Amino acid sequence: MTEEIRIGVFICHCGINIGGVVDVPAVVEYASTLPNIVHAERNLYTCSSEGLESIKAAIKEHNLNRVTVASCTPRTHEPLFRATCKEVGLNPYLFEFVNIRDQCSWVHMHEPERATEKAKDLLRMGVAKAARLEPLEELTSDVIPSAVVIGAGISGMTAALSVARNGFSVHLIEKEKEIGGMLRNLYRLYPTDEPAEEFLEQRIKAVKEHKRIALRLSSAVRAVEGYVGKFKVILDENGIEKSIDAGVIIVATGAEEFEPEGLYEYDGERVITQLQLEEQLKKGDLNWAGIKNVMMIQCAGARGEVVGYCSRICCMNAIKNAKLIKEAHPDINVFVAHNELQAYGEVYELYYRDAKKAGVRFLRFPLERRPKVRRSDGNLVVDVFHERMRLDIPLEADLVVLSVPLVQNPDATQLSKMLKVPLGQDKFFFEAHVKLRPVDFATDGIFLCGTAHGPKDIGESIAQGYAAASRATIPLARGYVHSEPIISSVNEELCIGCGICESVCPYGAIEVVETEEGGRARVTGVRCKGCGTCGSSCIKRAIKMYHFTDEQLIAQERAAVVTEVIS
Amino acid sequence: MAEVKIVGFLCNWCCYAGADLAGVSRFQYPSNIRIIRVMCSGRVDPVIILDAFLYGAAGVFVGGCHPGDCHYLQGNYYAEKKIEMARRLLKEAEVDPKRLRLEWVSASEGERFVKIIKEFTDEIKALGPVTFEKGAMEAACLAAADYRLRILATKERELLEEGNKYGEVFTRHEMDRLLDDLVREEYEVKRILLKLNKPMSVKELSAELNLKPNIVLRHILDLKRYELIDLHEIRDNTPTYIARELSEEGEITE
Repeated sequence: MTEEIRIGVFICHCGINIGGVVDVPAVVEYASTLPNIVHAERNLYTCSSEGLESIKAAIKEHNLNRVTVASCTPRTHEPLFRATCKEVGLNPYLFEFVNIRDQCSWVHMHEPERATEKAKDLLRMGVAKAARLEPLEELTSDVIPSAVVIGAGISGMTAALSVARNGFSVHLIEKEKEIGGMLRNLYRLYPTDEPAEEFLEQRIKAVKEHKRIALRLSSAVRAVEGYVGKFKVILDENGIEKSIDAGVIIVATGAEEFEPEGLYEYDGERVITQLQLEEQLKKGDLNWAGIKNVMMIQCAGARGEVVGYCSRICCMNAIKNAKLIKEAHPDINVFVAHNELQAYGEVYELYYRDAKKAGVRFLRFPLERRPKVRRSDGNLVVDVFHERMRLDIPLEADLVVLSVPLVQNPDATQLSKMLKVPLGQDKFFFEAHVKLRPVDFATDGIFLCGTAHGPKDIGESIAQGYAAASRATIPLARGYVHSEPIISSVNEELCIGCGICESVCPYGAIEVVETEEGGRARVTGVRCKGCGTCGSSCIKRAIKMYHFTDEQLIAQERAAVVTEVIS
Repeated sequence: MAEVKIVGFLCNWCCYAGADLAGVSRFQYPSNIRIIRVMCSGRVDPVIILDAFLYGAAGVFVGGCHPGDCHYLQGNYYAEKKIEMARRLLKEAEVDPKRLRLEWVSASEGERFVKIIKEFTDEIKALGPVTFEKGAMEAACLAAADYRLRILATKERELLEEGNKYGEVFTRHEMDRLLDDLVREEYEVKRILLKLNKPMSVKELSAELNLKPNIVLRHILDLKRYELIDLHEIRDNTPTYIARELSEEGEITE
């Protein structure tokens, strides 16, 4: 760089947070001895409007082309200081943050001298990096104003309708011949006991009639290319390959019921799952004549038996089915053997009480002594451990219903690879952040709702469908997306096209393309998230990770250990 | 005497946030660490780690997200292998590999961060300032910059889990043997190359580097084949060699 480096340093007292421990004036004095520093000052609060004005004034007065603030943490205040630089025409990426509060004054409160020395070191490191910063320009790209929703269960239909009603076209992809998902097999819904079919019909009608929703039935996703704003989804629709362009993707692939093969004498006839029970209740083909005792077993295969997690919905589901059976057949004994029972909130609690009132018997077992199902003389007997009596109570059952957990679809692994989005420990899709960014994936432009994210009931699936749709609509409505320019870039003169960078990139942001000189890696800026793993993996060290370049990191690390300044 | 310094590379999403949380919670820890923020632990290049040692860091700490929690999905898995590679090279340069530590700290684990830093600082203080032969650490840096070790560090996971192009999956034992051999060879080659800034014979190299003459000769022949060194002159019936200018790829940035 031929331009003279002119760095301004602003050191924050943060009231007494920094100033009460670190000798701020001494740090300012030290700062002015560092190379390239043309201005150093201290502020009571650099982030106050006064402090920000002071930065702006100094940029103009001293013609600063780099700004370094030593204060709190970039995780909260970097955007503010960057914006301040931008206001007076300084490229925001020529700003460098030094953390002397959260990682210095606050953690060395009783060692003021050492804290001051460390603050000087940290400042020297920051200034070393600042001198090597390069101006970067934000990237913008257009957004195709349509969405792809994968999965037409209740959450997918909700999301599709919501996006469509917001004015954007939606391609709703369903692998089955019909839409509706798991709801199609359900009998009645808690807590209203309304028939699932009626509820579903309205939704299906609304989806089918909406002019902006294109249904893609019997379709499987074969490949996904592109990035936020410009996705291309390759479909296998009834054996014919089709390609759809869309700006955003919503994953609503749902879950399926765990098959308890080999557990609790499961046979699909007299020992069945809740879903099988609902199908039979719906069809009305269960022969009640021979049934005197019905036993439901909760957490079958869940909470440490096969899968680790609690499937959340099975408690209410069992309560519902038990109550419906008991109400229809008061002579039948209905037992629910459970460990904990989740009927959260007032409505569910009342529903549970109704079930009790109707005569459903609830039996509690400890998790380490789950019920055992055995056959004796052709009859089913369930041993339920009684905690107070410390013994197994044998109970005859004519029908055993296992409340098994929802588990991820087997196709999810494939889809997660195609979309480059993660599955969590339990194999369900994993959102960007549970609290800060629910329904978003870490990959921009891809969103998540329904049981593909984890077991949840109808109400929750619908709420999440709306949430995903509203998040997905943001880029569609805006029409363009911004992305941070902290991305990698390839020096094509050094690159030999080995493709190792392509293999480590989780976002498909870097790929080898054929050029006249042979294969060369190229970066698609908007896809790159700036992790820099390609840079540290590149065998020719041909990749530069902007804002965290080798040169910048080496300068910082050397400045950390060598007190004499290396310019 | 100045206190020992530890350079810490913390990923923005987990460990750096954990370190911030330690601050917010006012947990106290020794002041020896100097933190550098990176976006992902996978960014931390062994070359940069070894360079920090070369310049006098007594310890290097790398902090990333817990396995499965990486903001970039898998960056921390790559970090693990890269750090392992850097450790092997430290060992070659006769620096205790304990001086380089990789840990997973989540954004909510301020307390864990403090515990680890206290422990690591105590360990580094007990080891004292780092000592090494300059040429040895420089050779380690060069070896880390070379394509062979970079390929291995990146591909190690794939080779262990999915196998190579022919579907041959490596066992941990095979991988370790391969890594041991290759790291040693790369390191020896770089040491020889650095020594050859002035003409030397195989015998002289062997004596200076404490390597067997047959090993030095093998490396010399390889280096010559790759046109990295030239025959300088024949002195008393003994050939001496000299390095060509270090090629761009081997050069340390700056």
